[in-house]
Amino acid sequence: MITTSVGCQTELTDAERLQAAQLDRVWQEPAGFIGWFKAVHHTTIGRRYFFTALLFFLLAGLLAGAMRLQLAFPEAHFLSNDKYNQIFTMHGSTMMFLFAVPMMFETFSVYLVPLMVGTRNIAFPRLNAYSYYLYAFGGLMFYIAFVCNTGADRGWFSYVPLAGPDYGPGKRPDFWAQLITFTEVSALAVAVETIVTVFRLRAPGMSLNRIPIFVWGQVVVAFMVIFALPGVVLSSTMLLLDRTCSTQFFNPAVGGDVLLFQHLFWWFGHPEVYLIFIPGTAIVSTIVTTFSRRHVFGYLVLVLAMVATGFMAFGLWVHHMFATGIPQIAESYFTAASMMIAIPTGAQIFCWIATMATGKVVLRTPLWWVIGFFFVFVMGGMTGIFVASVPVDLQVHDTYFVVAHFHYVLIGGAVFPLFGAITYWFPKLTGRMMSEKLGQLSFWLFFVGFNVTFFPMHLVGLRGMPRRVYTYPPNMGWTQLNQIESLGYILLFLSVCILLWNMFKSARSGAIAGPNPWNAGTLEWATTSPPPCYNFLHLPTVNGREAIWDATPNQPVVVGLDEDARSFLTTRTLDAEPDGRDEFPSPSIWPFLAAVATSLAFIGSIFTPWGITIGAIPVAITMIAWFWPKRQPAERRRAREIWQSE
Amino acid sequence: MAERVDRAVLDVSKLPTVGFGMHSITWWGIMGMMAIEGMVFLLMIASYFYLHSRSVEWPPDRNPPDLFWGTLNLGLFLVSIIPNEWYRRRARKGDLRAVRLGLVILSLFGIANVVVRYFELWHLNTDWSIDAYGSAVWTLMGLHVLHLLTDLIDTLVLTTLFFTTLVEGKRFQDAEENAAYWYFVVGFWVPIYLVIYWAPRWLHA
Repeated sequence: MITTSVGCQTELTDAERLQAAQLDRVWQEPAGFIGWFKAVHHTTIGRRYFFTALLFFLLAGLLAGAMRLQLAFPEAHFLSNDKYNQIFTMHGSTMMFLFAVPMMFETFSVYLVPLMVGTRNIAFPRLNAYSYYLYAFGGLMFYIAFVCNTGADRGWFSYVPLAGPDYGPGKRPDFWAQLITFTEVSALAVAVETIVTVFRLRAPGMSLNRIPIFVWGQVVVAFMVIFALPGVVLSSTMLLLDRTCSTQFFNPAVGGDVLLFQHLFWWFGHPEVYLIFIPGTAIVSTIVTTFSRRHVFGYLVLVLAMVATGFMAFGLWVHHMFATGIPQIAESYFTAASMMIAIPTGAQIFCWIATMATGKVVLRTPLWWVIGFFFVFVMGGMTGIFVASVPVDLQVHDTYFVVAHFHYVLIGGAVFPLFGAITYWFPKLTGRMMSEKLGQLSFWLFFVGFNVTFFPMHLVGLRGMPRRVYTYPPNMGWTQLNQIESLGYILLFLSVCILLWNMFKSARSGAIAGPNPWNAGTLEWATTSPPPCYNFLHLPTVNGREAIWDATPNQPVVVGLDEDARSFLTTRTLDAEPDGRDEFPSPSIWPFLAAVATSLAFIGSIFTPWGITIGAIPVAITMIAWFWPKRQPAERRRAREIWQSE
Repeated sequence: MAERVDRAVLDVSKLPTVGFGMHSITWWGIMGMMAIEGMVFLLMIASYFYLHSRSVEWPPDRNPPDLFWGTLNLGLFLVSIIPNEWYRRRARKGDLRAVRLGLVILSLFGIANVVVRYFELWHLNTDWSIDAYGSAVWTLMGLHVLHLLTDLIDTLVLTTLFFTTLVEGKRFQDAEENAAYWYFVVGFWVPIYLVIYWAPRWLHA
């Protein structure tokens, strides 16, 4: 049984109380309605990312329900074919761009990484706020368009020529392309913030080989975002240019090529899958460690496995294009490369099993989600081996077999760890525990519901049912399987409702958690729950991989930072030795206004190319105002400057 | 309670507050932006050659872009490296006069680059809407124009700031990093120049 044993740590000396009050004055987020838009602390922005991404998950889940209702009966007319096209595109695009990446990468990086490395905010906090608003506005735009019957309807990857100017009339694909622009800018900003936070803002003593595995995972993802997202930046820009400025990138009549879109898209799209599940595996490593009561087995293997997966992710994209008639030699190469992914993933799974087998396992809800992940994710990996081989892929391409495969890897690789992570970190965000009973109930409902929904898709796919059809005739032998799938959806729906209810109720009346209810070893548990606006009263130093478990009896704390400003300590990248002091910018309305200006430019460019050119002027003005320094802090800093000796 | 008073501490109060290069976190941020934008450039160059591999004639029935204005801009870019490097080094020493002068010179270079770029655009000898070749040339050029303009505005704002009383150590970091970003703009013009102006000539032969 895990108990809360840290009540005494909240007792502060008088000096500490004064220090806390001073830090509170300096770090407090601005109050009031306008203040809401000025907030820059990573816990504030992280919470917003979480709730927004959760909202989009629920919306996309409801759209899935509409599809399951439509497909439960042959030749049903609940949805028209046109509405169905919009709904499956909205479902896929929302899940990938508005839920999975913002949840698994942005939310977790923004909220947890600064706490886990022991600093007071994320690097570039204003950029962080800007990235959130862009993401939120992008999602809002996408759904307003959908409500106005202009929802994207060409599939989540919006292939040309179907989405090109000749076959995609109206503005639907343009909204899709600009959704991509919004979400990619936001993810890229968070990627840079994450890398800089981890490389420069770690607590003294947290050398590279002591960085928590979870943080390693987010760093690997951040690098993947930086090198993968430019692919979709280009492909969606080219698509928009072809549609609004009459460029000819994808027009084969005048030298264009439709496969260029697919190459660029999947250059991004395949790493995208991994940048959704690498945070998942990093969460699994964290939860397994905490609930096995031992340091993780094979730390180095786990880190290198994630790095290797990150690299390999860039050598696989053509396996999404086996059916496009590319040369056979390329097909063989990409088949081999795709199968190689099993090596680092397998190594990680063996490390987790070894950790659990040699530890003292405490079986609580977060660990149940991890066990569910093992089963579902391995299943998805198995069918991955099927579809990585060209002859099988050609047979099942664009059938429900593929739909089953990617739901097994994505829900298995991301949603199971996510729900585990919600249960695990909920006490840190709210200060209260979630109900164990309801947690187990939602786990079992989800686990059973998931398999009932998605396992029959393998079979119906092998029986030839194509993806993205809005209905089917009664005599195909698909009806029963589809009905089982739709029943499974009801279980999933109930499970998510119970999870939400559990969150809602526990936030109000759950048991008080204390700073470290799971007796975990990473630094986010070294401060109160929820953390104060300055994160740590005493900035920590680190003595081992699990900072709390490995701390010496009198582990030093950092002193000497100015407490009348938002000061922070920078440390060296490799050994995390103290290197310098710096100051975070204060709260500001300008990132929000810059995000509004940027959104107007992006949305304007859907309708006219002038949207970007004229729209760039307010963007430039708001960004200059954002950058322009204030006199008082500038003078304060100047008075205390110490220049680095060269 | 008593042992809390004697708590071991790591005193950082003597550490510098103004550092350059890897010691500055904005420098890391700029490096991140360069990695992202550099990747976009590389993929666009790759797309150019992909489209070429799908075409019989390159450029299709027209002349490649005229060499004069592009080469002139290349010359301007390369010459600008000298004052750029000079003020970058002076910024690390906190030399206010040198940085002011350097920023003014670089602003003038930036304006000159933009003016020459305007003439370059008139001598590309293609329209973006004729075919995929034209689209690729204009998009590649457009990406570089975007960076040139962003850097110019950035330099102008920083120059203005350096003539106010708001100058402090952080602004010298900005100046140093502004110079670093200019290297990125110049550095990527070399391959883009070769692709836009010389690739059609070499591939044609």
